[in-house]
Amino acid sequence: MSDRNVSISKGIDWILVWIYIALVSIGIMSIFAATYREGDKVLEEFLSLKTDYSKQSLFFIMGSIMGIFILLTDSKFFTATANLWYAAGMVLLLLVFPFHTRIKGTESIIKLGFFNLQPAELFKVFVNLALAKYLSQVDTNFTKTKSHLIAAAIAIIPAIISIAQSETGLALVYFSFFLVMFREGLPAVYLVTGFSLAVLVVATLVVEKYTLAIALTVVALVVIYYMKRSIRRHKSVLAFILLTWMVSICLVLFAVPAFFNNVLKPYQVQRIYATVGKDFQVDPTKLTEEDVKKMEDKKKAQSYNVIQSKIAIGSGGLVGKGLLKGTQTRYDFVPEQRTDFIFCTIGEGFGFLGSIVLMSIYFLLLMRIITIAERQRSVFSRCYAYGVASIIFFHLAINICMTIGLAPVIGIPLPFISYGGTSLITFTVLLFILVRLDADRQMVLR
Amino acid sequence: MSVFNQSRSTIIRLIFAGVFLVIVIQLFNLQIISRKYKQLAMDNAVYPKRKYPNRGIIYDRKGKAILNNTIMYDLTVTPAEVKNIDTLSLCNLLEIDTAEFKKRLLEARLKNGPVRPSVFEDLLPPEIQAKLEENLYKFSGFTLVERPVRVYPFNAAAHILGYVGEADTAIIRRSGNFYQLGDYVGRSGLENYYEKVLMGQRGIEFLIKDNKNRIQGHYENKAYDTVEVAGRNMQTYIDVEVQQLAEKLMTNKVGGIVALEPATGGIIAMVSGPNFNPNDLTGPNKQKNYSKLVLDVAGPFNNRAIKGRYPPGSTYKPLEALIALDEGVITPASAIGCSGAYYGCNRPVKCTEKWPGHARDLRTAIAWSCNSFFSNTYRLIVDNREYGSVKKGYAKWQEYMNRFGYGERLGIDLPSEDKGNIPDTSVYNRVYRGSWNSCTNVTLGIGQDMMLATPLQIANGICIVANKGYYYTPHFVKSIDNETPQDQILAPFRKKHEVLTHISDTTFETVISGMQDVVEIGTGRFAKIPGINICAKTGTAENYRIIDGKRTKLKDNSLFVCFAPRENPKIAIAVVVENAGYGATWAAPIASLMMEKFLNDTLRTERVKEVERIAAADLMPGYLVREQFKADSARAFFYFNLRKDSSLIKKYLKRNRPTIDTLQRRNDMRVTVVENKKNPGNRKAAIPLLLLLGMITATYRMSLNPIIKERNERS
Repeated sequence: MSDRNVSISKGIDWILVWIYIALVSIGIMSIFAATYREGDKVLEEFLSLKTDYSKQSLFFIMGSIMGIFILLTDSKFFTATANLWYAAGMVLLLLVFPFHTRIKGTESIIKLGFFNLQPAELFKVFVNLALAKYLSQVDTNFTKTKSHLIAAAIAIIPAIISIAQSETGLALVYFSFFLVMFREGLPAVYLVTGFSLAVLVVATLVVEKYTLAIALTVVALVVIYYMKRSIRRHKSVLAFILLTWMVSICLVLFAVPAFFNNVLKPYQVQRIYATVGKDFQVDPTKLTEEDVKKMEDKKKAQSYNVIQSKIAIGSGGLVGKGLLKGTQTRYDFVPEQRTDFIFCTIGEGFGFLGSIVLMSIYFLLLMRIITIAERQRSVFSRCYAYGVASIIFFHLAINICMTIGLAPVIGIPLPFISYGGTSLITFTVLLFILVRLDADRQMVLR
Repeated sequence: MSVFNQSRSTIIRLIFAGVFLVIVIQLFNLQIISRKYKQLAMDNAVYPKRKYPNRGIIYDRKGKAILNNTIMYDLTVTPAEVKNIDTLSLCNLLEIDTAEFKKRLLEARLKNGPVRPSVFEDLLPPEIQAKLEENLYKFSGFTLVERPVRVYPFNAAAHILGYVGEADTAIIRRSGNFYQLGDYVGRSGLENYYEKVLMGQRGIEFLIKDNKNRIQGHYENKAYDTVEVAGRNMQTYIDVEVQQLAEKLMTNKVGGIVALEPATGGIIAMVSGPNFNPNDLTGPNKQKNYSKLVLDVAGPFNNRAIKGRYPPGSTYKPLEALIALDEGVITPASAIGCSGAYYGCNRPVKCTEKWPGHARDLRTAIAWSCNSFFSNTYRLIVDNREYGSVKKGYAKWQEYMNRFGYGERLGIDLPSEDKGNIPDTSVYNRVYRGSWNSCTNVTLGIGQDMMLATPLQIANGICIVANKGYYYTPHFVKSIDNETPQDQILAPFRKKHEVLTHISDTTFETVISGMQDVVEIGTGRFAKIPGINICAKTGTAENYRIIDGKRTKLKDNSLFVCFAPRENPKIAIAVVVENAGYGATWAAPIASLMMEKFLNDTLRTERVKEVERIAAADLMPGYLVREQFKADSARAFFYFNLRKDSSLIKKYLKRNRPTIDTLQRRNDMRVTVVENKKNPGNRKAAIPLLLLLGMITATYRMSLNPIIKERNERS
């Protein structure tokens, strides 16, 4: 037996494991702080598994068992079955459509007894495996556009399915895989273009569209004026500038408004507008009664949530009010505080210093994962590690930015901390596969 | 390839670091720089609940509580919890209809939201409260909430005690936000003057509330809470039985009564007519009663005992005698020949007595209230050679009067006291363009002309005679519980004002003997009480009033001042009854009954009949009916114009009555009398007449309009 233990623990990156344990513990404590009421019988309720913190502890145990199983598995298993998992996950994802239960506006959950399975959540792991597998294939030449498209398709298809299941937040996370592709040689142009597009879209929200079009034209003319020498040498430069200008103008004047009016639901548009501090006027003829009600409810809830969340975090001050002393989080002012707004509990209870400590732990985790990634000899492991880092990074950046009013309210959990079985187990599996792969980094190149 | 992309690892690290930096900056901004979130969180979750202490109790001189606290009940409703109740039976209990029920429920929901309780009906009458209490279990969502209320156990002394009301914006601003909306504050009377003593100290309880404003418990284990301190009780000089008797005697009369204890300045009773029951302004109908009282032209809220301005008439004569004696212009033996009038000036001053010898010396002159004697005395004071001119002599006289408290505020412990009127020489200079002499205002000598005094000032003046030269500022409060040297509020009332103590007692005895003669043989024989030596002075003062723009002479005001017993004065009274004729007819018996009640603690059986006779007498001036009609018509016209609804005219005219419901008032005092019916016929006849007049005026003005327009255009 002892031989066996030695072989399991051999090569394991203990720093990662300790960080994992630390984060989950902080999570359970925060959920306790958010849900405990004076006079509750802690031990009794803990054992009865009725409270959220006891359930989360159970999920932690379940996750740990799965983690041990993963550590016991041969690392080759993951490379070998990556595509299989992806296929199986896709089936599960599609099964949601007929078998889902509607809970809190999402259509992505299958009810299994006391456990709500959310395949879209779990699917991140499979995408990560499949993408790593594809990128590490010997016959993949990642300088070709065709391979770029295939890699993008692996990530984007589940994102589209998620949007269809009203899980915009989860869909957003799939874009994190572009960071992996970037690391593996995706030309920077893609990221820059993507970023520019994002800036342009945000600009259309903030600035009136005709003003923006005029501004863009002026910018284009200025650029042409300054680059006239190179334009004289290469006519293609002028063509490129004009093309960029035309695309931008089309985007601003037609594409974005059309997208907002026809593709997105009014409440979603409103939510996006609310983030930049603007009120969105929807064409009332296009609204159904249900839409109006939804919009009003959402609008009220959105602004209320963000305001209360900011008050909670802001009132924490430098050192915070202490565990179980937060008036904001303890008296239900912040909604969803066990799940998406769990960061408020830490911000209010432990203040700026506590928040900094948590952010440092996360930062340490990300940096450690990148360090691990870079020491891999196998491309598969490296891609997988980058995938893990990107997923965690996207989750926590969007989640925390949402609670402090820097991002729109998108319902995605804070990794390892938010209450939720699927979420915790997904991240556990995600992380422990990495630990397993890393433990075997000395093995042959795959 | 991987080697080629190595640098991108750094880029990704930098992207991560950049985003983390942005988050940390925003956290720093929220948690360290911005201060507002702390306050917002406090406002969100901590509810500072004010705890109101019991107000202080006011006792009379015999230790009876005349202003006390009691508990009444408000019915509150939590709309969200109202489910499947028998609405109809609840409506029947509350005596409202279901439409009203729905309206109130909606109001409650709009005001405080569905999960917090709101008042459904406040200050329930005890019998409804008792019925509700039994059946409350049937009405889920409804609860009875205690509410402390002020109560006046003797239904008396409304003007003295005053009432509490919710603080309005003006009070809040003046107090520098010490009071807040919803706080109760003394609005008049002793409640107002002694607000600081009676209110006690408010406490604050910090409670934690949740997102729906439901109370969850105490904040920080009561660490910041302050406990409320009850208001302090006060003992007064008031004798509530005398007060009740006096109020009963003043029913259906306009005027004022003040009874003082000469040795201390303590006020035994103070009545202003018309009066009202103070409990009318506390219970469930307070709003209705208030508007009824405030619209009454007779002015039941006006405390005539300290605000009524009356010519003191002959009641001022003893004081005048003292001034003259002090100045040395007369002696007790001074005499004057009087045959029914004073002819010293162009205009004769009439005197009621014609027989020779009624002014053979000072004592007799006081006893028979000789106008000639006192007109002459006034002129002697003012024309005193010592001062050189009439103006300087007058100034000296005025100085005496001011020292006696005439023409100046005495500083009683009630708000808004009037100072009466003792005019300056400048006033006479202005009126008579500088040329006037002692003949011009000779009637000052008999307490008329421009001299005006409040019943309180008149009573205080007589205290000076009773005390042989000094007085204490009249006041109600004898002592405050747990008094400390820091309590300066009673200090001004403990200061002795020695205005004439330098005059010898024998000189005083002359004046006092004259006053005793008034009761023994003179004008005030009705006031006599066997076994008690009473000193008194009657007064009958001319009464003018501007009615419909004309200065009209009305029936004389009846005045009476007295103190008793002569040897050791225990009580001094001033009574003024407007529009009642001779001082001896109404004012004297009222004062006499009060003295008997106070000194003997009871009334003789034959005197009880006298009480009923006086209480039943209706001396309300006739012009009040007309004034009320005018006020109501004006208001009816105003609302008619505002709403364009002619039914309002009828509504407002219907309510016009000369004064408040006097029958009710008399029942409060347990007296039964037949109501004197006013003849409403002429009033009803006036309605069509008035409308006709209005129509005629309107048509006339309309016909004039084009002419005026034309004229304007031409010019």
